[in-house]
Order: sequence, then structure tokens, then C-alpha cells
Amino acid sequence: MIEIKNLSKTFTTKSGDVEALKNISLTIPDGEIYGIIGMSGAGKSTLVRCINMLERPTEGSVLIDGVNLSKLSEAQLRQERQKITMIFQDFNLLMQRNCPKNVCFPLELAGVKKSEAVKRATELLEIVGLADKAKNYPAQLSGGQQQRVAIARALATHPKILLCDEATSALDPQTTHSILSLIRDVRDRLGLTVIVITHQMSVVEEICGRVAILDGGEVAEEGSVNEVFSAPKSEAAKRLVYPDGYTTEVLSPSPDEYFIRVVYNGAEVSKTPLIAQMAMDKNIPASIRSASTRSIGGKAYGNMLLSVTGDEALANEAISYLREIPDVIAEEVRPNA
Amino acid sequence: MLEFFSSEEVQKTIEIFVNEFPMAIWETIYVTVVSTFFAVVIGLPLGVILVAGDKKILKIPSGFLHVLNVIINLLRSIPFLILMIMVFPLTRLIVGTVVGTVASIVPLVIAAFPFVARLVETSLRELDPNIVEMAQSMGAKPIQIIVKVMIPESIPSLLSNLTTAMTTILGYSAMSGIIGGGGLGKIAINYGYYRYRYLVMLLAVVFLILLVQIIQTVGTHLSTRLDRRPRDRA
Repeated sequence: MIEIKNLSKTFTTKSGDVEALKNISLTIPDGEIYGIIGMSGAGKSTLVRCINMLERPTEGSVLIDGVNLSKLSEAQLRQERQKITMIFQDFNLLMQRNCPKNVCFPLELAGVKKSEAVKRATELLEIVGLADKAKNYPAQLSGGQQQRVAIARALATHPKILLCDEATSALDPQTTHSILSLIRDVRDRLGLTVIVITHQMSVVEEICGRVAILDGGEVAEEGSVNEVFSAPKSEAAKRLVYPDGYTTEVLSPSPDEYFIRVVYNGAEVSKTPLIAQMAMDKNIPASIRSASTRSIGGKAYGNMLLSVTGDEALANEAISYLREIPDVIAEEVRPNA
Repeated sequence: MLEFFSSEEVQKTIEIFVNEFPMAIWETIYVTVVSTFFAVVIGLPLGVILVAGDKKILKIPSGFLHVLNVIINLLRSIPFLILMIMVFPLTRLIVGTVVGTVASIVPLVIAAFPFVARLVETSLRELDPNIVEMAQSMGAKPIQIIVKVMIPESIPSLLSNLTTAMTTILGYSAMSGIIGGGGLGKIAINYGYYRYRYLVMLLAVVFLILLVQIIQTVGTHLSTRLDRRPRDRA
């Protein structure tokens, strides 16, 4: 379990103090895939660096399985970091080492015997689906493959926590999807706790169980992904959930109007008019209030806000219709809840 | 003009070439390689200290870094000819004499190590700071960051900078001919400057150029050969 207690971080710069994090308290249970989402400058990266003490918090503490990291010496901390590994937006692979040697890197640091390290690297490259890239150097791989090597490297020391710092932000939606499935897969297999830092809603929706929304260095909202995204309470959450500045001011539903958020995570619907199909099949008249979707390689990514006028049963019917479609998430949204 | 290239002149030149050039070429190579070696032995750690200290990888007092910077700048601003004379006492202490091939290594190393330190510093600063952060996040000790990340990741750039250093040292070694250093420089000065045998001097210069070409070609080749990043992707 990760417990972040009253954590604050202030950077002292020439132009004065900058409060990057203000009094953050979060508890992350074992085995969870926990999302931390926010706009750029919200403090996400600083927060994730406080979890492994790459940044020492100004105040407050981080406890991992009851061990207070801020009380550890440098040497003890290095030891602990083998159990809290990290993947990055730019992968940060060693460009002058081939793939297995990149995976061996943390094992070398830990003083593992070379033959053992090589064996483990082979195993891990297999897990991430790159068994055939044993001779390749990172520059010869695509972004998605490089991130897979980085994941293999992060898993080498049998960590209990995996920190993902914008790990999919440099990747296209399809590759993002495959990397996220890999992360979920290794979580299931190895029982890791995963913290996912991102600015992308779709990432949180796809793999996270719980989410914290960070805004201006503070936790604006925290809860299960369903709760937070279906009934966002804070301004920061609403800004994220309703695309393109579509806020509650625009959304003033009449009593018989229901909002449904539809999220496309690579659904094969770009050729069929999904909403029109629903209207014909189920006789549900839905209007699109806002949409931001893209079609990549014949698959749809993005989200859409529908409104259905009628009763609750009709809205539920629409939701279950949409949920039938693979890679589509549908949820009711209550703007004024 | 014809007289200058008269057969007697050419004859004499060939004689000098056969008798003295093999040894001179060898001395030049020997002095250059040995001086480069010691310059790297001293300069590489200093370059590492400058970068690792500045980036807080090693805990080095900023005052110390400041003094180090000043010393390097100081040594680099003394003209080599004067530096050679200034270090006579040190040369005598280490080698026992201030004349000869071996004696010229001392001022060469002293002139070159600050240059090497700066080149190493430049190479190491090119490294993406995120890579260092990655190593720290995996629990790397400062020495591991230096030995396993900073230096190996900078090898192509280090090699190409060390090639520059070596060609510069070669040039300096020729200059040391003035105060009794051996090699092609001595021949060029002794025959060309003191005895007006321009043909011999020209020949010595041609061989100096050849040596620089060889060093540069091998260095550039190694640097690109060993770089695991394809050139079309910066």
C-alpha cells in the first residue's frame, strides 16, 4: 500500500517560491492501477517523483508498506528504488546498449550475476513480446517497441510498484492501447501496483480503477474512475470530462434529458454510423451534444457526449446498447449531480 | 629555382629522409600517443568531475569546481611555447632532463589535459538529463551513473573529441622541436629553419599532415562505427 500524507513540495527559484504540490494525501491499495490526471503544470510529474524520492518533499511523507521513504538514508533509498521502478514518456533507454543489455541494466546496478541477468532479460523480453529483438539497439525499434523494452527493464528487479510517467504520451492511439494492455497484463500476472500519470482521459478510462485529478498542485477530486467521470464535481474534473470547453453552463438538462458519455477506445465503428444505427435499431433518438473523435486505421478513438430525451429506462437502454459494442465505454453523466 | 631542386639537393634530401625520417616519424607517433594517454588519464576524470559536480550527481563543493575551472582556463591560456619553458623544473624532476623526446611529453601532457578535460565536459553535457534521472530512479549509485551511463552513452562524442585532442597534441609535439623535443618537428626546424633545407622541411610537414589525416580518419570511423544510433535520426 502506498500512503501519501500531507505532501507538499515547494521549489525555490530566483523569481520566488513555486508551490508545485500542496498538501496531497492519497492512499493507493495494492494491485490497483491508479490514475493521476491533470493538465500540464498541475504537478503530476513532481508528485510521481516524490513517490520514489527523486524529489524530496518539502513537507509530508510517503509510506510504502508502512516504510517512511523520507526517513531513509540515500543507500537505503537506492535499495528501495529497485522495488519502485519507473517508465517514462521518452522511454529513456540507453541508446548504446542493445535491448537485453538495457533490461540487464537495473540488475547490474543491483549486483546480480551476469548469467542470471541475461536469463532474466530473455524471459522479460519474451513477456513484453520482443523475444525476436535480442540483437537490436533501441534506435532500430519503433516507439511502442522501445516502451516495451523499458517496461521489461522496469520489471527486471521484481518491483512491487510501477510508476508510469506519461508513458503513452509519445505514442499513437493504437500503440497506446497495446502498451496499456501490456501494463494491465503484467499487473495481473505479477500483482504490481501501478501508478499512471497522464493528461489523457482515454488512458485513465482504459486501465485505471481509481483516479485522482490534480489541479494547481492540489487533489481536486479522487475516487473510482466510474464515479469521477460520470459525475464530476470539481471544476478541474468537469474540464477534463466534457471535451472542448463544454461545461455545465452549456449543459442545463431539462428534467427528462439524460446525458451519456461515449468513449471510443479503438472501436471498429468508424464506417458504421453508430448513433444513427442505435436510433434505427432501438428507436432511441439521441443527439450529439459534443464530440471529439478521430479515426485511425479504421478504428475510432475519442469521446462523445449524447443526450437522450425520455425516461431513465430509455437512457439505460441506450447505455446497454452502446456497451455491447467492443471497445466502447458508455456512462451516464449527471452534470448537476 | 632550378638550382633549388638540383640533383645534389634532392640527393641530400633522400639521404636525410632514409637516415632520419623513420626514427623521427616513430618519435612523433610515440610522443603523441603517450601524451594523449596521460592527458586522458588526467583530463577524463576532471571532465567527469566538472559535469557530475555541476549536475549534483557527485557531491562536490561548488568552490572546488570553481577553482578547477580557473586552473583549467589558466593552463589553457598559456601559449605552448612558454608553457614548455615554464615547466622545465617539473620536467627535470620527472624525466631528469629537459631535452629530448621523452622530456617533451611532460609539457605536452600539461598543455593537453586541460583541453581534454574541457572536451570531455562538452561530450558529457550533451547527454540527455532524463537518462541520468532514469538511472537514479533505478537506484544507481553516483559512480554507477558515471561508469555505466554517462561515459558509455557518450562514447561516440568522446571518441570524436579525443581525435581532435590527439591531432592538436601532434601539432604541439612538432612545436616542441624548438626546445629539443624529437620527431618530425625537430627535423623541420633543424633543416628548414637553421639550414635552409626547405625540401626536408616540406617533407616533414607532408608526413605531419599524413599523420593528422590518419588519426582523423581512424577517429571519425571509430566514432561513427561505435555509435548505435543511426545517423539519420539525431
